This record gives sequence, structure tokens and C-alpha cells, in this order.
Amino acid sequence: MTMLPAHSTPKKLGLVIDLDVCVGCHACVVSCKEWNTGGYGSALSDQDPYGADVSGAWLNRVHTFEVVPEGGEIVGEAGDARIVHFPKSCLHCEDAPCVTVCPTGASYKRSADGIVLVDEDKCIGCGLCAWACPYGAREMDLAAGVMKKCTLCIDRIYNETFEEVDRVPSCVRTCPANARHFGDLADPQSDVSIMVAQRGGMDLMPEQGTRPVNKYLPPRPRKSLADSARGLPLAENTDGAKGFFAWLDGMLDRI
Amino acid sequence: MTSEPRLALSTPVADEVRKTTCYMCACRCGINVHIKDGKIRYIEGNRDHPVNRGVLCAKGSAGIMQHYAPARLRAPLKRTGPRGSGEFQEISWEEALTIATGWLDGVRHDDPKKLAFFTGRDQSQSLTGFWAQQFGTPNYAAHGGFCSVNMAAGGIMTIGGAFWEFGAPDWDRTKLFVMFGVAEDHDSNPIKMGIAKVKKNGARFVSVNPVRTGYSAVADNWIGIRPGTDGLLILAVVHELLKARRIDVDYLVRYSNAPWLVIDAPGTAEHGLFARDADGKPLIFETVTERAVPVGTKGARPALSGRHELPDGRFAVPSFQLLAEKYLDPKYAPEAASVETGVAVDVIRGLAAEIARVAFDEAITIEQPWTDVHGERHHHFVGRPVSFHAMRGLSAHSNGFQTARALHMLQVLIGAVDCPGAFRFEPPYPKPLEAHPTPHGKAEHFGSAKPLSGPHLGFPRGPEDLLIDAEGKPTRIDKAFSWDAPISAHGLMHMVIANAHAGDPYPIDVLFLYMANMAWNSSMNTAGVMKMLEDKDPETGEYRIPKIIYSDAYASEMVAYADLVLPDTTYLERHDCISLLDRPISEPDAVQDAIRWPVVEPDRDVRGFQSVLIDLGARLKLPAFVDSRGTAIYKDYADYIVRHERRPGIGPLAGFRGLNGDKAGRGAANPDQLKRYIENGSFFSAHIPLEAQFFKHANQAYQDFAVRMGFFDTPQPVTFQLYSEPLQKFRLSAEGLRAPFAPETHRQRILDSFTPLPDWYRPFEEALVDRETYPYHAITQRPAAMYHSWGSMNAWLRQIHTRNPLYVPGPICDEHGLVDGDWVWVISHHGRIKVEMARMEAVNSSTIWTWNAIGKRKGAWGLDEDAPEAKKGFLMNHLIHELLPPKGDGMRWSNSDPITGQAAWYDLRVRIETAEKAQISEPHFPAISEPGRAHEHVDELRYGQEWAK
Repeated sequence: MTMLPAHSTPKKLGLVIDLDVCVGCHACVVSCKEWNTGGYGSALSDQDPYGADVSGAWLNRVHTFEVVPEGGEIVGEAGDARIVHFPKSCLHCEDAPCVTVCPTGASYKRSADGIVLVDEDKCIGCGLCAWACPYGAREMDLAAGVMKKCTLCIDRIYNETFEEVDRVPSCVRTCPANARHFGDLADPQSDVSIMVAQRGGMDLMPEQGTRPVNKYLPPRPRKSLADSARGLPLAENTDGAKGFFAWLDGMLDRI
Repeated sequence: MTSEPRLALSTPVADEVRKTTCYMCACRCGINVHIKDGKIRYIEGNRDHPVNRGVLCAKGSAGIMQHYAPARLRAPLKRTGPRGSGEFQEISWEEALTIATGWLDGVRHDDPKKLAFFTGRDQSQSLTGFWAQQFGTPNYAAHGGFCSVNMAAGGIMTIGGAFWEFGAPDWDRTKLFVMFGVAEDHDSNPIKMGIAKVKKNGARFVSVNPVRTGYSAVADNWIGIRPGTDGLLILAVVHELLKARRIDVDYLVRYSNAPWLVIDAPGTAEHGLFARDADGKPLIFETVTERAVPVGTKGARPALSGRHELPDGRFAVPSFQLLAEKYLDPKYAPEAASVETGVAVDVIRGLAAEIARVAFDEAITIEQPWTDVHGERHHHFVGRPVSFHAMRGLSAHSNGFQTARALHMLQVLIGAVDCPGAFRFEPPYPKPLEAHPTPHGKAEHFGSAKPLSGPHLGFPRGPEDLLIDAEGKPTRIDKAFSWDAPISAHGLMHMVIANAHAGDPYPIDVLFLYMANMAWNSSMNTAGVMKMLEDKDPETGEYRIPKIIYSDAYASEMVAYADLVLPDTTYLERHDCISLLDRPISEPDAVQDAIRWPVVEPDRDVRGFQSVLIDLGARLKLPAFVDSRGTAIYKDYADYIVRHERRPGIGPLAGFRGLNGDKAGRGAANPDQLKRYIENGSFFSAHIPLEAQFFKHANQAYQDFAVRMGFFDTPQPVTFQLYSEPLQKFRLSAEGLRAPFAPETHRQRILDSFTPLPDWYRPFEEALVDRETYPYHAITQRPAAMYHSWGSMNAWLRQIHTRNPLYVPGPICDEHGLVDGDWVWVISHHGRIKVEMARMEAVNSSTIWTWNAIGKRKGAWGLDEDAPEAKKGFLMNHLIHELLPPKGDGMRWSNSDPITGQAAWYDLRVRIETAEKAQISEPHFPAISEPGRAHEHVDELRYGQEWAK
């Protein structure tokens, strides 16, 4: 068993992911892999990279679901099936079951900023944390035999060799659709907290009691096109082209 | 918590950052390549770069794995086994270039048309085209004919520009963005960034696409249209807008040919052409003085309707009258369109209503005075903030040209071209049709050992500009600019191999291809094309296409069919220029170009193709590549980029010209130019003055700017061509009224498709096959994380798309009793494939689809032979023939747009039958050997492990 910080961390660094604009392009997925394979901890290995059973360790993946709503206003028009692209990485939970389950103290939650990390020197690769995480957000690196997970790019966000603007996780910096945001969710005045408040940001599977720091912004409400059909006024004389040309002459006189 | 480890968090990432331009797709984003210990540590987007503003897509970030992929070629290759076997011997560059020079020199002196030089996803067409012109063959084009020539030609002939490379939505100001068809690859990052802005600003995003993936997934409204019917949907919107009087009459009068008078003299050679004065100026009817006057006459108030007498006694009507009469016809009403498109009447009407409401009720103004090309001063710019985008989805149909024209006509009718909030041109566009060359390649244009007399590609103004001989037969191997495809502005690369194999219109000697996977995903009828490449003349024992030279950086399927392979570098090892003479990357507010430079040195015996081409040019003593003593003028491509001048002071790059590097656009060659680009992040950007940023087609300040920058030598304003006179000229030829006359065989086809006002007709394959025998459409979509076939050799990207299921709509699954993981036969008039399927609901109910180009041939791309791409991956290409089914007229027409020759990939009609479960898709082909060496299996990658902290 490993202890979580005794008190709520003063900072809760995390991600806010906007499902209204995520187009499922995987930019964040690959940028994460690219940064982290040469960054914190061992490389993110790939097995059978050019072969039949290719797989690898990734800290962030996009899952794609199809939703067929029954007339809900939020996710789509009545009867219209909808594709939802759902990026998923560690949510840096306040009650992180992956930490408390760790037998060696390798998994820990930083008391200063709440980031959940794996100390690879202590990790024995038992995989208990991956079983404990209800989100499937940890992946074993088969080459190193240690558990890998999102570090919030800890070697970027505090990196003083970077310009201030670049001290954000790689996935946030690269996202072309501006669907990923990074900040302190403990600070109600932070951009991310305001965004969550304004857009109704949600916890993923709150019933698990993990109290995730990361939040998801739901798709914005949509207005159906068919409802606009009545907005097109019909001209007085809609009978063929004749009335149209009379109108046109009137318009030309006004130019 | 003293037990927390102390972490070193401020380690510098790399030893050096080198800024260059991405080439993982065609976006051309700026990238920062971080180099550590001589290796690539990390590639990120360049924040200063105007194309991507720091972001980067999955492909761009996977550049490391593209660069270090085992599929990379290592040295020049000479074929040792039979074609298609993949058996090669590595040879020296000197030997390779000697062989190539020998083959090419013979052809050039004997009969230069016997070289067919076609380049694929080429970003150096201004060089490759110039080289081909210097060589003297008429047979050159890039891949536009099988990509999006319909969009490009439809746009240029209508508004003097087109989507993507020639213009973009005004993302910051638009309030309604409507996207047609698949566009995930053109553009990639700019569209994603744009959609994010649209949504943040509370604007509406409507996607018209049979499949709701990618960008369409986040659309506010998804219109799951039946493929190939977009043109009718657009014309139904036009019908509604006309009926509701929601058009911008002032804009039409000022900027379009709506008032131009069309001669009404049926049965004569000038019927349907514009009435012109003695100087060739189109006439309008002036309503105050009641007479026809030349367009541009000061103070004239033109009529938009009525039948008016011309000075010569003939009658004419304003083209707008023809337009309004045509589209007010009930056959374009939403009720009629709904039947073909499958889109509900209310949705069509709702789309029209939103377009009208936003264009007119939410108009925006920018308080900036400006002067138009007629000298009239305007107090501000008025914006109609409705923007559109379309690419391959509309383009790849046999009615795509007219559909593209219809979309641009819609934009003009609501006054939404190059105004605030709408689609806006990117320099050097707009460019009127008259400023484009006509095509060259007639017999009198070329000859032994002399350059072609002008550019290969261009726009015929009428049948008189076709590249045909006295009998009306094509003079080009791809039959571009012939009666088959008169306005094939980008050529017909997809017909080259079939025509060369058939010796129709003539046999060739050397096929020279660059970066075009014609033996796989870039050809229709892939199995047939492979056979054509392998086929020998029984009399001589020689291959029917005798010599094939191919340049590629990777062991693609096409490599196996080459006789001589010239291995290219990766994009990180080369010089390149993204030129305004070629395929520009400007923004609506700025003129831009860019370079690539070797940020890492090649670790093998490969050379950048463009440098090789310049070397070959010198060896062949092509006039522009050697001086009077026959000595090479250019050392390599980098040297050419800096010193070549197309016109005095105009070179491949616009930035940092002049001896001090302080000139933009025009200026003397600057020996330090590349250095200056590199210091600037490998791009150049010059802002357009605010006064010149909108209404560029008619804005005097912009026209002056364009001349100053060297796009043109005189102002070239554009009048939008709603009514197309060149198309009418072809109709007159087909009616036998105007010489040269169209052959009998082609007349009906021209009359049916060359309407001077945009129209919709049923795509050819659908019209020819029995719709009950082949009840479904089959199309592909572009995955955002793969670009064509480039990606499967990439260890990271291939984990995202390792195979491609056939997605089948729920109702079809229910009808056939199909569940995920079942296998089906997909059968077209041409062929059958057996593939694994998956159910999907968010798709048009009569459309099955899959991802483009994930399937690979066994043994290609450096993959193990049992890779899923080669086992379960598949191509739709096997179902698509390069020719249409016979229709009883004795002709086999090309499966292409009849106007532009654009390959009609998305016209495919199929049926499905359940199949036995299997492990391997069909058809499958024998494995090809890895070229030049034995394949080595790689167990594991741990990229960056040496940097582990």
C-alpha cells in the first residue's frame, strides 16, 4: 500500500479536454509518444513494430465511439448517429486507486501539484496499478518491465530551459483543434477552472469515487437545420422567373 | 512527503533546434526539429509559422519514425529479377545516372514524346515541369488528374481561384462554415485550427459528407448525403435563394459576368457566346441609354434581364437571365433534389435559410476605405460571413467539375467570395483564366532535341487549343486536352500506364515516375495495372512499356516494377522550395513561401530527386541546365532555388531577394537567400496591406501589390464567370456549328456535360450499371493520421491504422444478417474483393466505405509478410476500372470527368454478398522481395532509450 498525500494538494495540475472540437486526429497521441519516449523514465517501446502483432506503450490514446441518441439535444440531432472521439490518459485522480494499490511506493501522487507519477526505480512491473485504474490509463512497457503513464510532461511544465509558453504538456502544445488545455484546477480563477465552470466540465465515471482532476467538456448544444427551414421567407410572387425579374429590376434601381 | 524522488526537471531537450518544413502530408507546416547527439530527439510545430502556428498533427509528430523507417531505400537499384519481383541489385549513382542518361538521351533525339514523365505528390512541379519542357516531351503532368483537378479547374474557371492552396475560409470572422466531402488531408492542420475557431466563436459548422468521421464528427449539423449528388443539393439551395430573393445583386453586377450579354442566335456559330465589341470586350445592356456598351463603361447601369438588340441586329440576353430561368425551374426545387440526394426537404431548405440569414442579416463591415479597379472609392469592406470548403469529396466524381462550379456560383450569388467572413483568396490568386497559359503539346510544339514551345499544362479557351492532330487524335500519352477530356488542366496520370501499354495513342519507350505509387493505391484497376507493367510483347520479348525509371524514398509497391530506381532522401535530408510558382502556402492576409533544408545528413547513398533531375538535365545538355560550353549551370537543387530566374527578378523563392536580401517578390538573386530563410524559420511572409486584403479580384491596391510582388506584370482583375463561355464553345463544336468540330463519337457526351451554367447529372458509373444489381456506393475516407500510402512503414502511425475494416451501414447489415467481424464479398462491374466488415450507423444508408490506402502488398514498405496491412488490409481500387462499362456505342470511356479527366474514384457502385470467414483479404498477390537486400525482422524499438532519465 502506498499513501496518497495527507491533504488535498495545493495545486491540482491537470487537463481539460473539449469533446466539442476533438476531431480524433491523434495528434496528441503521437506527440505524447514522441516527447515521452525520449523523456521521463525509460523509452516507450514498440514490439514487433513492422510485423504482424505490432503494439507499443502509449500514455495517451484516442478511442472512437458511435452514439445513436434518442433525440437528445446535446449529442446530436434526433435519430442521427454521431461519432465521438474520446482522448484518454491518466486523470491524476485525487483518490487515485493506482497509488494506494502499489506495493512498493513506486506509484505516488506528488504533494505539491497532484501529478501521479511512477518512480521507475521502485516499480517491479507487477501491474496491480493498471488493474486498479478504472480508466485503463496505465500501460506496461514490455521492454523495460515498468509501468508507464501520463506524467503531464513533468519534464516540460517545469523546464526552465523552455520559453514560458512552451511549459505545457506536449499534447496540449500540439493539439490542432485546441481541444486540450492545461492548468491548475485547484485555482478557481485559472483559465481551465473557468472553462470547466462555463462549459459544464465533467468528471469521467464519477461513481468510481476517484475524484479525477482532468475534466471533459461536453459537446456544445446544437440547433437543427430543419428548424431553420421556416426562416427562409418566400417572396410574394414565387411563380417562376417572371416575378423574380420584376423584383430584380427593383433591386437594380436601388443600386 | 520526504519520500518523493527528486527529479531533474529542467534538462535542455536537445543540442540544437533546426527549423524546416514538414512533408508528412501536403499541408507544409513549419517544424522545429530538435537534434540531440546527432539524432532527432523531437519534432514540434513552429509557433511562428503562419501555416500551423505551432501545432502539429499525428503525421508530423511521427516524422521520426518516417525518417528511421527500415523501408527506406539505401542506394540506386537496377532490376535483376522480372518486373514485380522486387529483385534488384544496388548500384552506384554514376552507373544509375549513366543508364538513365543513355535511355533518355536516345529518346530525346529520336522522338521526345516517347518519354512519359509523371510526378506524384510532387511539391516541386515548377522544376519538374520546367525540366520536362526543356527535355521536349509533351508528356508531363503531376498527380492532380487523379486528385482534385475538378476543384482546381472548376474554381479557376469560375472565380479565378479555388479551395485549399488558392484560398481559405476567413476562420476568424466566418459565422457559417459549410464543408463538402472528405477534406481531412487537404487541409489538415489549418482546417482543424479553423474548426476550433468557428466553434469557439459560436458559429455554425455544417458538414455534407456521406460518412460522419473526422471533421464531420464535430459538425453542428451533419448532412449524410448520397455520394455524387452534392451538385444537386447546391443547385437546390440556389433555387431557394433565388426564390426567396436572397442574393447580392450589387455584388453580381460589380464582380460577375451576370450582366454580360449572351448572343441568342440558335443554329449559328456564336450562339451562346458573349456579344463583344471590336476589341473583344464583352457587352452589357445599359438601361438608361438603352444600348449595348462595353463592360466597364463609366456610369453604365447594366440590365440583368431582358432580350436586347445588338448593334449588328442580333439579339442577346444578360447571362443572369439564363441563370435565373434555369435554376428557378422546379426540377431544382428541394422536393426534387431530396429524391436524388437523400437529404430531407426541410434540411435543404434549412441550409438555404441559414446561408441567407447569415449572409444578409449578419453581414459584417470592416471600416477600411478602398478603391476598386474602376476607380470607385468604397468606405468599407462589406462581409457576408458564409464560408465553404470542399476537396476530394466533390472532386472525385464524373460530375465533379460542374459540382465545383455550382458551389462557386452559390458563393458568388450571395456575395461571399473574398469578403470578410467568407472564402478568401490566397496570393498569387485570384488569377483570371486569361492569365493562365494554354496547353502545349501539339506536333508543332515539340521535336527532336528541342524544348517544348511552352508549358505543358494550362487551360484551353476552346476546342482550338486542344492537343490533337489533324484527325482529332490525342497528341499526349494520357490523352489530356483531347476530346476525351478537353480541360484536363492537370493531365491524366491515371491513364498513362493503360494507354502506354495499349500503345494508344502511341507506344512509349521510357516511363519516368516520381513519388507515385502507380502499382498500388494510386491506380484504378490495380491488378490490371500490375499486369500491364509486367506484360511483354511476344514478338520481341520486351516489356510493352520498355523502360521504367522510378524515384521514391521508400520501398513502395511501385519500386518493384521499376527497371532503375533512384532513391530519394527523406524530407529532413533535402533542399526543397514551396514556391509561389508552384503550389503556394500563402494566407489570405499574407504572401508566403518556404524551404526545406538538410537538418540531418543522409546516412546512406541517396540523393534528393530534384538535385538528381538537375544533374540529369546537365548530362542531357538540356538548354536551361547547361551554359554555352555545355557545363552544368547548377550545382544542385539548392543552387537552382537561389539562382534560377523564371522571368527577370522572379525566382523560385520570393523572400530575401536582391543583393542585400531586402527585396520581396522581385529582385536579383541573393547568394545568401537560403541562409536568410533558415534564420527566419525556413519561411518567408509578406503582409498584404489592409486596404488590399479583400475583394482582391477587383481591388486596385491588391492588384498593384500583385504587380509589385511579381505575380503579374500588369493588373489582372477577375470577373467571376458564372456563365462559362469556353464550355459553350465546346458545345458549339459538338453541335457542328463552330470549328473545330467535335467527332461524332463525342458529341452527345459534350452536349450532356459542357453546360455553360453549372448543372448536375448522375455520375457515369451509376448511370451505366444496373442500380439494382449494384445498389450501394463504395467510397474511401482519409484518416487524419495517415497520408495516402505513407504511414504503414511508420512504426507509430501503423499502430493507429493497422488494418481497415469495410464499414457497412446498419440497415444493410440487417438486410444481410451481418455482424462485426463477418466477411463479405464486395462486387462491382469490374471486380470483387473479400474483406472483413464492421457495422456503422453514422453513414449514408446506401454507402459502404473504408479508409484509404491502408492495405499494402505483401513484402512492400519494409513490413513483415504477415503484417495485417498485407493480410486484412485492402484497397477499393480493385473494384474500380480505369474505363467505364461498355454502353453500346463501341467506345470504352475513361472513368473520369468528361471535362477535366479527373479520376472518378467515388463513382463506384457495388453490391455485397456474405462470405466465409477468412484470414486474408482477396485479392492478394505474391510477395515482393525487399529491394536490394533481404528483409530483416525487427523485434522491438526503444527509440530514445539512451536518453532515459
